[in-house]
Amino acid sequence: MNLTLRVWRQKSASARGRLVTYEAKNISPDMSFLEMLDVVNEELIDRGEPPIAFEHDCREGICGACGFMINGVAHGPKRATTVCQLHMRSFRDGDRLTLEPWRARAFPVIKDLIVDRSAFDRIVQAGGFISALTGSAPDANAILVRKEDADLAFDAAACIGCGACVAACPNAAAMLFTAAKVSHLGLLPQGQPERSARARNMVAAMDREMFGSCTNAGECEAVCPKEIRLAFIARLNRDLLGASFRGGGARNAASPSDRTPRAAP
Amino acid sequence: MTVGATSASLVDGRLDAKLPPGPIEQKWERHCFDMKLVSPANRRRYTVLVVGSGLAGAAAAASLGELGYKVECFSYHDSPRRAHSIAAQGGINAAKNYRNDGDSVFRLFYDTVKGGDFRAREANVYRLAELSLNIIDQCVAQGVPFAREYGGLLDTRSFGGAQVSRTFYARGQTGQQLLLGAYQALERQVGLGTVTMHTRAEMLDLVVVDGRARGIVTRNLVTGAVESHVGDAVVLATGGYGNVFYLSTNAKASNATAIWRAHKRGAFFGNPCFTQIHPTCIPVSGEHQSKLTLMSESLRNDGRVWVPTKVGDTRPPDRIPIGERDYYLERKYPSFGNLSPRDIASRAAKEVCDEKRGVGPGGRGVYLDFADAIARLGEPAIREKYGNLFDMYERITGENAYRVPMRIYPAVHYTMGGLWVDYNLMSTIAGLFVAGEANFSDHGANRLGASALMQGLADGYFILPCTLADYLARMRPDTLDAGHPAFRAAEVEVAERVRRLLAINGTRTVDSFHRELGHLMWDYCGMARNEAGLRHALRKIPELRAEFWANVRVLERNEELNQSLEKAGRVADFLELGELMCIDALHRTESCGSHFREERQTPDGEALRDDEHFAHVAAWEYTDRLAEPNLHREPLHFEYVHLSQRSYR
Ligand SMILES: Cc1cc2nc3c(=O)[nH]c(=O)nc-3n(C[C@H](O)[C@H](O)[C@H](O)COP(=O)(O)OP(=O)(O)OC[C@H]3O[C@@H](n4cnc5c(N)ncnc54)[C@H](O)[C@@H]3O)c2cc1C
Ligand code: SF4
Ligand code: FES
Repeated sequence: MNLTLRVWRQKSASARGRLVTYEAKNISPDMSFLEMLDVVNEELIDRGEPPIAFEHDCREGICGACGFMINGVAHGPKRATTVCQLHMRSFRDGDRLTLEPWRARAFPVIKDLIVDRSAFDRIVQAGGFISALTGSAPDANAILVRKEDADLAFDAAACIGCGACVAACPNAAAMLFTAAKVSHLGLLPQGQPERSARARNMVAAMDREMFGSCTNAGECEAVCPKEIRLAFIARLNRDLLGASFRGGGARNAASPSDRTPRAAP
Repeated sequence: MTVGATSASLVDGRLDAKLPPGPIEQKWERHCFDMKLVSPANRRRYTVLVVGSGLAGAAAAASLGELGYKVECFSYHDSPRRAHSIAAQGGINAAKNYRNDGDSVFRLFYDTVKGGDFRAREANVYRLAELSLNIIDQCVAQGVPFAREYGGLLDTRSFGGAQVSRTFYARGQTGQQLLLGAYQALERQVGLGTVTMHTRAEMLDLVVVDGRARGIVTRNLVTGAVESHVGDAVVLATGGYGNVFYLSTNAKASNATAIWRAHKRGAFFGNPCFTQIHPTCIPVSGEHQSKLTLMSESLRNDGRVWVPTKVGDTRPPDRIPIGERDYYLERKYPSFGNLSPRDIASRAAKEVCDEKRGVGPGGRGVYLDFADAIARLGEPAIREKYGNLFDMYERITGENAYRVPMRIYPAVHYTMGGLWVDYNLMSTIAGLFVAGEANFSDHGANRLGASALMQGLADGYFILPCTLADYLARMRPDTLDAGHPAFRAAEVEVAERVRRLLAINGTRTVDSFHRELGHLMWDYCGMARNEAGLRHALRKIPELRAEFWANVRVLERNEELNQSLEKAGRVADFLELGELMCIDALHRTESCGSHFREERQTPDGEALRDDEHFAHVAAWEYTDRLAEPNLHREPLHFEYVHLSQRSYR
């Protein structure tokens, strides 16, 4: 099959970007989307033109490195699928596809389709952990966890940190990402002591990183490749309310959040 | 007391693994006691550079940060959470014996030594089995959401042919959850200021001053800046080198550069040819193929492996009657059947495909069939267990494995070889420690399922914090800085190499060279090896390397994010490492574990070890002439698990 691609090309963070048109020829439906881009890139290099920069690593939908907009949809048309797991059989001969990087103030473009998502790491630094010093753990089976809780915690923990939720959100909010981590740890008994502080500190970090506010548009859930549910945002809000009542101790964050909690769905 | 526990491991040209004395159950504990400590107040004065933030690196960096050392951690990824460890599916072993099924530290030790076909150090493996207990405790405390029973206790499964149920798992995403645990512990330390994280920073050289590893040179992958970092010790936790084969289950960026540069600076390379080929991967679908996807080995618990009995039978699988199917693993290995160890299952698949009985496009595939399990347990039960894997299979192949058998074929998966380290995980360069898949230790000639995660975390959480302290306690912090001539010289070399790569401006892309190298390695240094093939590869690889340096095309500049340039540097190193792997495979004229020399097999085609000549670790020293490395042998002694022919029949 043959496709026409319009790809965002931007040499560096400070350079101006623009859409450039390329033809992808003789594409096999068995190729992944990224393999199709590999083919385009090999041709570009043969012609002496700089290849399209895009981020990827595992190509198995688990590392969270890949991701860009395909015709305005984060990770493209297939539900619950990262671009690396998207295969060309999801497209038709003659399709015209526009590829653009995630657009969010907190995710500046580095080059072409690559953005800087280090803001996510800083949100985690602020509280996305359980403080368990190496060596201090009791026997693993000393802590009982209800299977339902463990399963739900896992659902939240499945987030791969790709940033699609931010890219899809009209406000470029990071609520789904943050809520997933707060829920994962808050659902487990081990996560209880730091639960309030965690929610508050992570939300404060989110604000510092210039992510927008959540208005419950729900676009994030629709594009999330790991099907992280909006209901986790309600959990985060409950933890925040708890935090404002109890005023749990801050650990890593410099200042407690001064924001009002987001409305629960 | 072991004198100078962490002093140089090379004495008069003889390798000293620094194995502590005493009975095996007491070695590690006694060793920990004998080691020197650094007092809490002094730790801040020592800087440790940790390269890599996968399971091994993140665990080490977080733990060392908690102890109070000044840690600088490096990764070429944009975040530690992206490391290749994230992709591990099946699980992690621990000898907890929660099932009361007869497991014990000794049994895990025994299984691992035997599974590695007697090419690992007993003392290391025993320590690994011991530490497996602490690892699970640590991970649960961090909030890793392992699978649970209804009573709230941890669930386990039997994995990769083990006859006890000792594998802890988090759906099919165990590596992800373990890495997130380590990543969160690491980010916590970053937040507290004990660890400085350098992302998008690729180590391109090691700096050795007065015989000690004292720093690294990195390239900033966004700006191209070449930078020096000084430390009192260096840890490499940079993962495996399976991508020398181009196609593998490793992440695309996984590479050997860090360990290869260290090798060229004096670190010996242990057993480079020991490569694990995993039996259950999705077959290659065409020349465009960029990587291979593993289908978790747990599938072999319920799937049956078969091919048609007749050569060239192209009927669809449901048209082939039972009588005309060859369930070859069950036939050849009645007691282990579909759960035979990886090396054995892989080679058996290759054999039937070589006999032209393979299935699917190109004939390089075998069926993994769930029909019987579905009939027995019902589709919902299979969906519950393996749903995510079946979905992944469908995404990639477009086929529904509930209806038609999966097609699988072996693929390169893991490298047991790596930098040689002593019991303290120190390489032959003082102060250079190596952890995780990057070192050669513990798995011998074949790694058992669910043991790499265990090893990476044992190294990072528990071993390095002890052994590094002993090393540092014997050093005084000094004022060495990056102005030292050794750093200047390394920076110049790194910059010059980048300049050369950009100046060639030839006609072939980096990937085209990488693919060609991959074909050579797969054909001649893959699942089966022989002298003629290895000699052929040893002629071809240097030719390809010469062509690379004359004709590769790398566009754009150094001073920007340049993915072709990154790849070019890594492929240049693979082109050297590939040669060493073939040299090692040629020298080892025995078959053991994953290393199958066709000249050495039993009458029924099984690997035939030669313990008299090869019960050793081959540790190769770089000599400036790639074709002529020096071989050092570390003899292996088996006191607890007696050398015997592995049999899974
Ligand atoms: C698909 C798959 C499934 C697997 N499943 C299992 C399983 O179920 N159970 C099991 O036990 N094992 C499994 N394994 C093996 C296991 O995942 C790996 O061996 C292990 O995770 C390696 O961890 P590591 O920390 O050593 O290295 P990695 O996770 O590879 O980390 C390497 C780190 O080093 C950094 N790095 C590398 N080079 C440089 C450089 N030059 N400069 C800067 N940074 C650098 C990288 O950025 C990264 O942070 C699996 C492997 C694969 C491929
Ligand atoms: S919540 Fe979903 S979309 Fe957002 S980062 Fe996590 S996996 Fe990606
Ligand atoms: S490349 Fe890892 S998730 Fe897509």
